[in-house]
Amino acid sequence: MTALTVGRASIPAKYLPVLVTACLLAAMFVVGGIRYEGFASGQVLLNVFIDNAFLLVVAIGMTFVILTGGIDLSVGSVVALSTMISASLMAGPGWPPYLVVPLVLLIGSGLGLVMGYIVHAFDIQPFIVTLAGMFLARGLCYTIATDSIPIEDATFTAFAQTRIDLFADLWISPSVLVAVLVVLVAVYVLHYTRFGRSVYATGGNEQSALLMGLPVGRTKITVYTISGFCSALGGVLLSFYMLSGYGLHAVGMELDAIAAVVIGGTLLTGGSGFVLGTVLGVLVLGLIQTIISFEGTLSSWWTKIFIGMLLFVFILLQRLFSARSRR
Amino acid sequence: MRRLLWPAVVLVLLLVLNVFFTPSFFSIEVKDGHLYGSLIDILRFGAPLILVSLGMTLVIATGGIDLSVGSVVAIAGALACLQISQDASVFTAVVLALALCLALGLWNGFLVAVVGIQPIIATLILMVAGRGLAQLITDGQIITVNSPAYKVIGGGYWLTVPFGILIVIGVLAISAFLTRRLALGMLIESVGSNAEASRLAGIRSRGILIMVYAFAALCAGVAGLMISSNVSSADGNNAGLWIELDAILAVVIGGTSLAGGRFSLSGTVLGALIIQTLTTTIYSIGVPPETTLLFKALVVTAVCLIQSPSFRAKVFGRRGRATPASPAPEEKVRVSA
Repeated sequence: MTALTVGRASIPAKYLPVLVTACLLAAMFVVGGIRYEGFASGQVLLNVFIDNAFLLVVAIGMTFVILTGGIDLSVGSVVALSTMISASLMAGPGWPPYLVVPLVLLIGSGLGLVMGYIVHAFDIQPFIVTLAGMFLARGLCYTIATDSIPIEDATFTAFAQTRIDLFADLWISPSVLVAVLVVLVAVYVLHYTRFGRSVYATGGNEQSALLMGLPVGRTKITVYTISGFCSALGGVLLSFYMLSGYGLHAVGMELDAIAAVVIGGTLLTGGSGFVLGTVLGVLVLGLIQTIISFEGTLSSWWTKIFIGMLLFVFILLQRLFSARSRR
Repeated sequence: MRRLLWPAVVLVLLLVLNVFFTPSFFSIEVKDGHLYGSLIDILRFGAPLILVSLGMTLVIATGGIDLSVGSVVAIAGALACLQISQDASVFTAVVLALALCLALGLWNGFLVAVVGIQPIIATLILMVAGRGLAQLITDGQIITVNSPAYKVIGGGYWLTVPFGILIVIGVLAISAFLTRRLALGMLIESVGSNAEASRLAGIRSRGILIMVYAFAALCAGVAGLMISSNVSSADGNNAGLWIELDAILAVVIGGTSLAGGRFSLSGTVLGALIIQTLTTTIYSIGVPPETTLLFKALVVTAVCLIQSPSFRAKVFGRRGRATPASPAPEEKVRVSA
């Protein structure tokens, strides 16, 4: 295996994309700190987590799928469907949250399971199966209601407004704790269990994995189920954040999640990447948003162009750094 | 051509379904020297999608994907309408808009072929930034134009046939000639199977890659002109929104594998027609518009399932025929570059 040698220390090539992302992230933070007053504070960084906890959870699920060489385009609409189901069940029949949340998680996982089964059993490309899933979930949202449904449940709003105080005036929301928990579980599952190894093997080379006797089919179905579960959980976290259910929530979130995973150094062809990379990828996207809000004067179209340019610069730099070291 | 059988069957079923709700569905008549009829409408309104899908087919044949076509559609319409509203001639406006689209396509191709960014991410950049660019051109407004000459592109007629349909036939003929009569199609498929191997075999895979992205953007540009001309206005926010997904669907329904390496232009046209017919059907049989996506999901799943050899083997039990006869995409040996 090739390695980058820095002084005496030698870094294995597989960690390099993640390291490059980490360095670029740090550079962004420093540049932002120099450029904007009040940018370089702990709470700004924590706010990135607070505002993107749901995206983080969704992107972690996506990481599993992409590691097997698949893709899940349905996540954004499953997030929207989850907010919609939660809101309508609590607003209409007045279901309590401790029934609604497990039900939503079950529905999300079920959708993922079905998509994974179709991908595996009938050899249809994941892109198309999950695209159909995307249409299905969005369509279901609109059949429930075309308007936004507010969430007024007392437990839900209380949970949404809870602030967990850390030291020195810093605080996080409970959603961040949930997201961190998901990250820890994902790191454990991917790097310390037999299932995690099958995920990497399946993405590395499906034929070889099959010949080795790994349960390739079960692994593929499971990763889509995990992604479905994570999307539903992301939806629950988003409904804490928005306190409403709406069919137009999380439009385009699947692309944000994919971008986060790829910026984090995971290959779309599968078999290589880390959960930590995805966390960094989400931070990059969040920090881009923060910089734009600190800039303040950008109109909505300039915001889009700016995000595109930053994404480009980021991918280009990452590409240059990791390409140079491989030679 | 057995590959095209099932998409064709689905299209015919959809068309027949319409006759139950609209008995006059198949009638075509000539009024004021123009062709009228539901079938003509499907072709006319489906023309932009067919164009975008044709470009997408070649990109997918190289193993790539182009997410930016929707934004390019918006940009083309925005620039053309802006030019016309500033008293430029229609010809200048169209040429400028298409030139910008070509440049954007070259940019995509450059990122994929020269810089080596994965296509889905390379085109994601323009998908996000492009919509901002379209809004920047229109200043966030909807630009309305009143130009009879511009109206011809999307709403005009020539020899009683809607002009949009003629454009589609022209582009289809050119691309079919280039890819099926000349070696270009084979080179594209070769790059799609294995870019590195074809480079070693002496194919300039970089040039081919850049070319297909430029072609896709140009097709999207023409589609954008058609859409904005048809409604006589440019909307940077919503023009061409999600058309890339419909185009990808059309390509896949038409039997082109997303893994690259083979493609079917006629299949893509069939696929795009299925999607357009489905949309028309949903409106004509009076299904509430908010459930459109639901029906789309069901039909897409159905079409993909009956096309899948292993689904047919498992459900209809024709194991001896289906599985070994047609090569499944995943049997392609993956050779890492």
